Amino acid sequence: MSSDAPATASYREALTQAMREELARDDNVFLMGEDIGLFEGSFKVTRGLLKEFGPRRVVDTPISEAGFVGIGIGAAMSGLRPIIELMTVNFSIVAMDQIVNNAAKIHYMFGGQTAVPIVIRMPGGAGHQLAAQHSHSLEAWFTHIPGLKVACPSTPYDAKALLKTAIRDDDPVVFLESEGLYAKKGPVGGPDDLLPFGQAAVRRQGADCTIVAVSRMVWIALAAAEQLAADGIDCEVIDPRTTRPLDLETIAGSVRRTNHCVAVDEGWPECGLAANIATHVYESCFDWLDAPVERVTAADVPMPYARNLEQAALPSADAVATAVRATLARGA
Amino acid sequence: MADDGSVGQQTAGPVSADPGLMRQMFTVMHLVRVFEERAAEEYMRGNIGGFLHLAIGEEAAVVGSVFGLRPTDPITSTYREHGQALSRGSDPRAVMAELFGRETGLCGGHGGSMHLMDRERAFYGGYGIVGGSIPLAVGLGFAIAYRGEDDVALVMFGDGATNQGVLTESLNMAKLWNLPVVFFCLNNQYGMGTAVDRASAETELFRRADAFGIPSRRVDGMDVLAVHQAVSDAAHHARTSHDPVMIEAIAYRYRGHSMSDPDKTRPEDEKARWRARDPLVTFERVLLGEGIVSSDDLAAIREANLATIEDAAQFAAASPAVAESALADDVYAHPWNDDPRGSALMPGGGG
Ligand SMILES: Cc1ncc(C[n+]2csc(CCOP(=O)(O)OP(=O)(O)O)c2C)c(N)n1
Ligand SMILES: [Mg+2]
Repeated sequence: MSSDAPATASYREALTQAMREELARDDNVFLMGEDIGLFEGSFKVTRGLLKEFGPRRVVDTPISEAGFVGIGIGAAMSGLRPIIELMTVNFSIVAMDQIVNNAAKIHYMFGGQTAVPIVIRMPGGAGHQLAAQHSHSLEAWFTHIPGLKVACPSTPYDAKALLKTAIRDDDPVVFLESEGLYAKKGPVGGPDDLLPFGQAAVRRQGADCTIVAVSRMVWIALAAAEQLAADGIDCEVIDPRTTRPLDLETIAGSVRRTNHCVAVDEGWPECGLAANIATHVYESCFDWLDAPVERVTAADVPMPYARNLEQAALPSADAVATAVRATLARGA
Repeated sequence: MADDGSVGQQTAGPVSADPGLMRQMFTVMHLVRVFEERAAEEYMRGNIGGFLHLAIGEEAAVVGSVFGLRPTDPITSTYREHGQALSRGSDPRAVMAELFGRETGLCGGHGGSMHLMDRERAFYGGYGIVGGSIPLAVGLGFAIAYRGEDDVALVMFGDGATNQGVLTESLNMAKLWNLPVVFFCLNNQYGMGTAVDRASAETELFRRADAFGIPSRRVDGMDVLAVHQAVSDAAHHARTSHDPVMIEAIAYRYRGHSMSDPDKTRPEDEKARWRARDPLVTFERVLLGEGIVSSDDLAAIREANLATIEDAAQFAAASPAVAESALADDVYAHPWNDDPRGSALMPGGGG
């Protein structure tokens, strides 16, 4: 067992470390998912874990998302702490009944008699020409559901620390990873470094405009901020880390200083994450805003295959920079 | 199946339930019957809202299956689950109060008729999505195997639920992983208004298990002793062989699908035929015939149950409404604030 976690790791390895440490710490924790054991995961996030913990703790499943998510929920009701891997977010749609009607509702509708301490991990996002059925960003869907908690880490440190929190949390957590971030390297914490849910990170401090983004979009926002800095525009980048709970306090505190806000979302615009952030900002910062909140989202179309069309459909640093300039121009 | 519900693979040999148990099962069957009759009345009076699904006519299948288990064996059920809760010993007061939507209800008024749970009695709940609770029971079975315990999980589902894909997934994984699960299909021959032969290409529903090498059989669901025997055998098999079993019990519900169904489409002669095989009447005859109870005993049981239900209804009616402050209680086991509007905000957030 790696008690000495290296101080630097990829986002992928950070997740593996979190699971390895929690598997070692608590026998109630087990992993279940398609091709996570022998094959070590489609994205190799569970590499080495079958070898280390054996088939009782690392369970390969058939391709039955509704079934094994439901099995995980049942196991969680009796006090185990399953970590269910869905190969990608796209396949969570097949299991949505279990996630929404069971995981999210059981504690409430039975009057608090049974908690459901399950983690449902899944990578999502677009950018690899996987076309319409394999490119979803469903943060907004899950965030919509009371009873779920939703984490969407953007860095290796957060990936590890938030996953550990998710595993120890007594509520169902939908843990949204980004395919595009798995190789990203950075510092990671040790076995006892956990991050509370609902605590945003300020990724960059700035005085002119607040950009709110999660997961891979944080890096797009930071790239935009760099571009703008060259023109003397000073952006603050807020990463909420969890979209439910949402750290509105940090977002509102920032907007009240910058008086401008751009919300970035890899998902679609209608009833999306950016729309939700914008609404919260209007409700809590209306009197401080110098201009309407700008949204940068995926295009309102199914994801196309052609490389150029896919790029056109996704939020880019250029698009974020343009939105920042637009809101600043209106506020001037 | 024959009109009387008799089917091929009946229980082998004589039933071995002991007299005390037989008497107890009759008592609970009657309790469930009068509980539901009273619930129907209270629904008509407007004291019970939402959907109210009654299992009147199905008491043998409900009670026989629960009594075929140990008290610690976890159970999940559907929205037609008052009988499972009562069979497990849930307090009729708390069950009725839940139907009334009162603070004293089994689930504090958050669940209602469709969502009873009594965790202490290993009754893991009634669920409203057809087929949706099947994998939960497999998960409870998974946890039993994971911990090396010797309980058995039982999931009760209807004939209609057999056409949900998640049953197929659940049967497969239960067998693949050798999980102690009893799949108990209560085939009351209709899913709402759709008869089994209009919904299922193979009407012998227990044969679904064949594809996975899971032993399965049909049983007369109007005969409590037959159901009890079948589920006892199934649970024994699951417990000792660490393997799933499927039982299909053929029964009939006397009323419409729910209180809002006037039950106009099922043939009257069919209803009459099944009512003629009433599981309580049949069982009474057995109990009297074998000298297990006297008619005075039966009268005393009925009277006591009616008193229990009267007390439960009065208790429910007299119970306080759920405090509005409970609106946002229990959304989370670990909440981060008390904002009932949707809990998106952090404490003190929102300015
Ligand atoms: C997924 C889903 N589809 C439809 C319904 C509406 N519905 C409720 S009960 C029911 C019939 C189910 O029949 P069966 O499984 O035989 O159980 P029974 O009601 O006869 O006990 C239907 C269609 C539902 N609750 N869930
Ligand atoms: Mg039915």
